[in-house]
Amino acid sequence: MMDKMIFGRYVPADSVIHRMDPRSKLILIFLFVCIVFLANNMLSYGLLTIYTLFMIGLSKVPFRFIYTGLKPVLLLVVFTLFLHLFLTKEGEVIFQFGWLTIYEEGFRQGVFISLRFFLLILMTSILTLTTTPIEITDGLESLLAPLNKVKFPVHELALMMSISLRFIPTLMQETDKIMKAQTARGVDFTSGPIKERVKAIIPLLIPLFVSSFKRAEELAVAMEARGYRGGEGRTKYRQLSWGLKDTGMIAVLAALTLVLVLLRI
Amino acid sequence: MDISLQNVEYRYQVKTPFERLAIKDVSIDIPSGTFLAIIGHTGSGKSTVLQHLNALLKPTEGMVVIGERVITSEKKQKKLKEVRQKVGIVFQFPEHQLFEETVEKDICFGPMNFGISEEEAKKRAKTVIQQVGLPEEILNKSPFDLSGGQMRRVAIAGVLAMEPDVIVLDEPTAGLDPRGRKEIMDMFYALHQTRGLSTVLVTHSMEDASRFADQIVIMHNGEVYEKGTPKEIFSSPEGLLKLGLDVPEVVRFQQKIERSFNTRFSKTCLTMEELAEEVASIVKRGAVK
Repeated sequence: MMDKMIFGRYVPADSVIHRMDPRSKLILIFLFVCIVFLANNMLSYGLLTIYTLFMIGLSKVPFRFIYTGLKPVLLLVVFTLFLHLFLTKEGEVIFQFGWLTIYEEGFRQGVFISLRFFLLILMTSILTLTTTPIEITDGLESLLAPLNKVKFPVHELALMMSISLRFIPTLMQETDKIMKAQTARGVDFTSGPIKERVKAIIPLLIPLFVSSFKRAEELAVAMEARGYRGGEGRTKYRQLSWGLKDTGMIAVLAALTLVLVLLRI
Repeated sequence: MDISLQNVEYRYQVKTPFERLAIKDVSIDIPSGTFLAIIGHTGSGKSTVLQHLNALLKPTEGMVVIGERVITSEKKQKKLKEVRQKVGIVFQFPEHQLFEETVEKDICFGPMNFGISEEEAKKRAKTVIQQVGLPEEILNKSPFDLSGGQMRRVAIAGVLAMEPDVIVLDEPTAGLDPRGRKEIMDMFYALHQTRGLSTVLVTHSMEDASRFADQIVIMHNGEVYEKGTPKEIFSSPEGLLKLGLDVPEVVRFQQKIERSFNTRFSKTCLTMEELAEEVASIVKRGAVK
């Protein structure tokens, strides 16, 4: 029932992007999110779009799959476009039909802002599509390590993140299973009046809560039994390694940033 | 109610990189009153087949006929409730589906969803709780205060209270102690006989399959590998053994005798009693020294 979800899902493949160090990917995304806001004209937006498409190409994730997954978000993007199209009243009138007038500035802003929005979503989904949750948290832990000096519980935070990410698919499976079991007992989750459908959530949520608590307890016991006692002195099985391609990728993005800044002036 | 699967194929997550063929070209007939056992390794497609039996899954290819209803990939299905009332599924670890405050409410939940009055549902709750071998007092307890085995029985009672014509069991005894296993299987068998239900049992236990089933289907890699009566299946167990599946103890014992005494029994025995008689008659004839 949750077949179409792509958010936070990892698509295994062998590509440059997949093999990159998660740290460099995180830095890359962070930088990208910042520089998207630098763009303010056709040329710079064009460059950003080309860059994003280039990254998708490198990641070898089938485009059709990204498209079906992003369909629901696309609606939001289109909505943003129309909001700007109809509500911004600056610049010259470029289109008029009855009460409907579209101004030049509205068109410009609408296209730019929805494009910006779209690029952001695309890039961030490339991150989650090509990086396993474990890698992301490992990378994050390593990047945040300096915060340890000010007594910030970096390891605990990373552990919490990886546990919750790890259990998303499990929880989804469980939801699916319980939904099916209750459907077999005559619950209708997908049709019928709203009131009934809201009521149908109860037989789904309660078993889900019960099993989650049980699972959390079992996990805690299992961790203790295997000698877990916090992050201090803990070594890692998966070592992160920063390679030439990571430096290269960052350099490319840095160059892009420079160009964007120059284009802005 | 007759159920029949005709060349059913099912793919999970069509049109994504995760697309996976779960079952293909599966044809199984389940005439009214049959006890059918489905066996196979984990991942052989047993559970997928089972979910087609009450239209929880729609086949991506082929069709499923449930009573009068025909389920194919094209048709938008409406009013599946009728089908689901007639085909009750007891999922693996059904105790996970309990949610109500009291056992009674939980048992009444299914029937009331299908439009049975509260009074009638409560009456049914009293009957089924005895059928599953629990005392009536338990009806007022919270299901979460019960032991694992008791929870299992309550969940089963919840499905029985729907009074289905066909009951589908997905490893109903997994994780129970030997005595609980025997009691639950005996109960289902008694129900099967007294109420004339069709029963579909997915199991790993060859003993259960040989003891209760009229028909056995062996699944392998999403396909029907072999089907027939227990006698047919177990009298030529080579296929089973090739798949790494077990043969019932009784059959294994018979094979050992046949091999070590270089003799042949007149039939394949499925129960201990049959085997004992057969051995006695052979000894009497003097075929074994």
